[in-house]
Amino acid sequence: MSNLQRVTRRAALGLAAGAAMVLAAPAWAQVSFEGETIEWIIPFSEGGGSDKWARFYAPLLAEALPGNPTVVVKNMPGAGSTKGANFFASRAKPDGLTILGTSGSTQFPYLLGDPRVKFDYADWNVVLASATGGVAYLPKDLAAEWAKDPQAVIDNTDFIYGSQGATRLDLVPLLAWEMLGMRVDPVFGIKGRGDGRLMFERGEANIDYQTSSAFLSKVMPLVEQGDAVPIMTWGALDDDGNIVRDPTFPDVPTFKEVYTQVKGEEPSGPAWDAWKAFFIAGFPAQKMVFLPNGTPDEIVDTYSAAFKAVTERPDFAEISVKRLGVYPQSTGAAAEKRLQLGTVVDPEATDWIKNWLKERYGVELG
Amino acid sequence: MEFLTVALPALNEAFALILTPTAIGYLILGVVLGLSVGVFPGLGGIAGLSLVLPFIYGMDPISGLSMMVGLVAVIPTSDTFASVLLGIPGSSASQATVLDGFPLSKQGQAARALAAAFVSSLFGGLFGAVVLTFFILIARPLVLAFGVPQLLLLTILGFSMVGVLAGRVLLKGLVTAGLGMMVGAIGEAPAQGSSRMDFGSWYLQDGFSLVIVGLGIFAIPEIISLLRQDRAISGEAKLGAGWLDGIRDWFANIWLSIRCAVIGVVVGVIPGLGGSVVDWIAYGHTMQTTRDRSKFGKGEIRGVIGPESSNNAKEGGGLVPTLLFGIPGSGSMAVFIGGMILLGYEAGPQMIRNDLPVTYTIVWSLALANVVGAGLCIFLSPGIARLTTIRFVLLVPFLFMMISFAAFQSKQTLWDLAALVGIGMLGIFLRRFDWPRPAFLIGFVLASQAEVYTYQATQIAMSRFNRGFGDGLSYLFSPMSIILIVVIVVSIWLGARQSKALQPRDTAENTGGKRAPVIFTLAVAAFLAVALIDALSVSVMIDKVFPVTVAGLSLIGALILLVQMRRSPESSPLFADGEHTGEDASAPIGLWPTLFWFISLLVLTALFGFVIALGVFFVAFLTLRGRENWPRTAILTAAGVGFVLVMAYLLNRDFPPGLLQEFVELPWPFGGI
Repeated sequence: MSNLQRVTRRAALGLAAGAAMVLAAPAWAQVSFEGETIEWIIPFSEGGGSDKWARFYAPLLAEALPGNPTVVVKNMPGAGSTKGANFFASRAKPDGLTILGTSGSTQFPYLLGDPRVKFDYADWNVVLASATGGVAYLPKDLAAEWAKDPQAVIDNTDFIYGSQGATRLDLVPLLAWEMLGMRVDPVFGIKGRGDGRLMFERGEANIDYQTSSAFLSKVMPLVEQGDAVPIMTWGALDDDGNIVRDPTFPDVPTFKEVYTQVKGEEPSGPAWDAWKAFFIAGFPAQKMVFLPNGTPDEIVDTYSAAFKAVTERPDFAEISVKRLGVYPQSTGAAAEKRLQLGTVVDPEATDWIKNWLKERYGVELG
Repeated sequence: MEFLTVALPALNEAFALILTPTAIGYLILGVVLGLSVGVFPGLGGIAGLSLVLPFIYGMDPISGLSMMVGLVAVIPTSDTFASVLLGIPGSSASQATVLDGFPLSKQGQAARALAAAFVSSLFGGLFGAVVLTFFILIARPLVLAFGVPQLLLLTILGFSMVGVLAGRVLLKGLVTAGLGMMVGAIGEAPAQGSSRMDFGSWYLQDGFSLVIVGLGIFAIPEIISLLRQDRAISGEAKLGAGWLDGIRDWFANIWLSIRCAVIGVVVGVIPGLGGSVVDWIAYGHTMQTTRDRSKFGKGEIRGVIGPESSNNAKEGGGLVPTLLFGIPGSGSMAVFIGGMILLGYEAGPQMIRNDLPVTYTIVWSLALANVVGAGLCIFLSPGIARLTTIRFVLLVPFLFMMISFAAFQSKQTLWDLAALVGIGMLGIFLRRFDWPRPAFLIGFVLASQAEVYTYQATQIAMSRFNRGFGDGLSYLFSPMSIILIVVIVVSIWLGARQSKALQPRDTAENTGGKRAPVIFTLAVAAFLAVALIDALSVSVMIDKVFPVTVAGLSLIGALILLVQMRRSPESSPLFADGEHTGEDASAPIGLWPTLFWFISLLVLTALFGFVIALGVFFVAFLTLRGRENWPRTAILTAAGVGFVLVMAYLLNRDFPPGLLQEFVELPWPFGGI
């Protein structure tokens, strides 16, 4: 391992790490998980997006880790995913046998100062960051008008949108549409984005959005039949932090482009800054894998290398495209950068969002 | 004929895929695994599937699907054992089965009840598969015809069953349902996530899980009551009527079985309603269509046949939203979809179009698994039914162990056990004062659906009315709505028609005075008042309207009950009190000493963690309460503790930790999470 001599990244945690190394002594000289069982905590219930993502990676990770341990996904839902994350923060031992997978739904309460959050992303070691995107779509008749004149559709349509709640990932689409001047009535209380799509298919909702993987598998058949038409993506992030077209949907304009087209100028101001901050937290850094506070560098590096090996498998593109979409799966320094983007947000943006949630939807956090 | 050109060749291909030795082998393996997991209350499809998922990746798709389908299919069959023999609802699908199945066991007719249940299950499963084969090709428009207003109407249909299940005093039934709804409303509001009645506790924030409520309301009161009797479950020494009678019973009620299977398929097909209410709708329907209702709740075989015919049919129906829309109808279906992805199939509209043979493979594996599963269960039932002749005291530690372990799967904290004890106490009082427990459960299950659909339908309809009056009207009163409204009216009419002829549920006429029933009613009213005050303090309007309305109306109902109690003589059925009439009155052992044992398990767990507590509890209970000798105590303790350890190890589960684990780090299994 070439990076064994890597400088400890968090000198302040050296002491804790030292203590942990004693615990992890057998694994010290050369990290091997032979005969071990690694628990991958997913703070969501079975069958959701994060669960599927973890179950996609689990067997590949087991293959790539030295000693080929058993990797089991352990679902620990509750309190909007803060329960599992709190548990990980307080109880997981830094021996590499417990890892955590989080999602945008874990990040948002953290960013918005939800009082239930008892964990700090800055404490943890990120070993994988998976990006995703989001696509908004309309029924065919509205989409046809939209193609001709979006402004007319914006002015003349009352939109209904099935939403999981304004404080969830849904705040990204809701704010984007509001910035465009669209009158969107969110119908709250659906249990997952799948229910929102069903509401759209039944003709009760006339606008919807799905994350990329769900769009590919569930909405594409509707698009092929001509029943649904994508109108905008949230975009993707390039290396310099600019919003560019989503690589999975290169033909669909981004929200930024649509805004520029409709309003005649690029978006700017506090609303845009806030939207951009929460978009980045919610999508380009949506799902991450963490090792607990104080994990020895050897173990962190072993995990980073294992995830790197997984994402560099020759067949990775082929096996992942259907289930994850074409998005960066970052490890090492790139993952750290995504973590920063996703969990460090300008306090002004946070305040703006909190205020908006309160005024627009009457929701007060904390 | 689309069916002839599309379905027949695909069906042909599907049978060729299923009927290979490998596929059938894996199917049987799945069935056996599903049976072994499913007989334990609280462990259902999710636990079973999690067990096999690690091996699915890389398997031959058809074998993998057969195994998973086999496993899922037998869960609603196997959970019948616990429901009928022990009075513990094995899963939400067989809660209604307890009502008459368990009394039959107590009368020594366990084998008969089981056989009738399994044949009904088998029939329901096959019926579901046959319907699905044709239906799945044309289901899409029909499923899409169920919008929010129609889902709301279906929820109301579920509520209309409260009328039938209410027992002697209708108002009591209504208040109980309201109580159930308010318990169901605890936690994050489904629409905007406001906190309701959680008093700052994160445990309450997520609300109570159905498993814990089901166990608390049905299992604990029965176990405690039986323990007080100090005898075997079966009052008769022999097993009584055999399994052949059960099959004859089913055949005599075949039309009921068909109707309930139809109910199961329909409810299963519609995404969003959730399967946990289907057995109650079937049970209510069974009562409505039975001339003499006096035996319900006391061992009416029709009360077993109805729900059991519907819950397996529901599994087949549930495949429609799962496969057709990629929307899982239940937790186990969600895991099933995950497993399908591991095998390279993505559920969704394209699946029916591109992989019809595979779709049919799933449908008919389900049918085959039902045959194998029900066959195995019928074969095993005479033997397993002997459990009911064992001295109950010897079973009790195992039962407490099982329901605690099951409850603990809900959120994996000690609070799960505390919640189980708390709701169990509520269940005991509901039973004692003859407040209908099914009504409570229906209220609990349907609370969040009723709230969300009411709010959503209102909001969408208002938007439609803005567009035009006709638009709004046609949205609310679609042809499907009108059909449902007719069904609801008929259901209420059927329920009301015979209500005068309704015999008292308990032969017991009166009573032990007014005081205890009045105190309980006051306690219910107090809870409803707290709920009302809490709901009024919610700031987000859409999270407020529903709990304020339900709590307010229920409180008025409870107050009317209190007024009636003041005016009525002591002999009124209002004052039903199981401590003074009925079997509990003659029980040799009191309620509190019996309940003490269960609470002691909770306290021990809080101190030492579950595994150590369980060992101590087994020994203490068997020697002190069971008066067993030491060798037998040792064997039973080792069997119990060893068994739960093996289960937890295989399923990769932890145990509730206690105070001890706060200070000392202990290895699994003592450590817990």
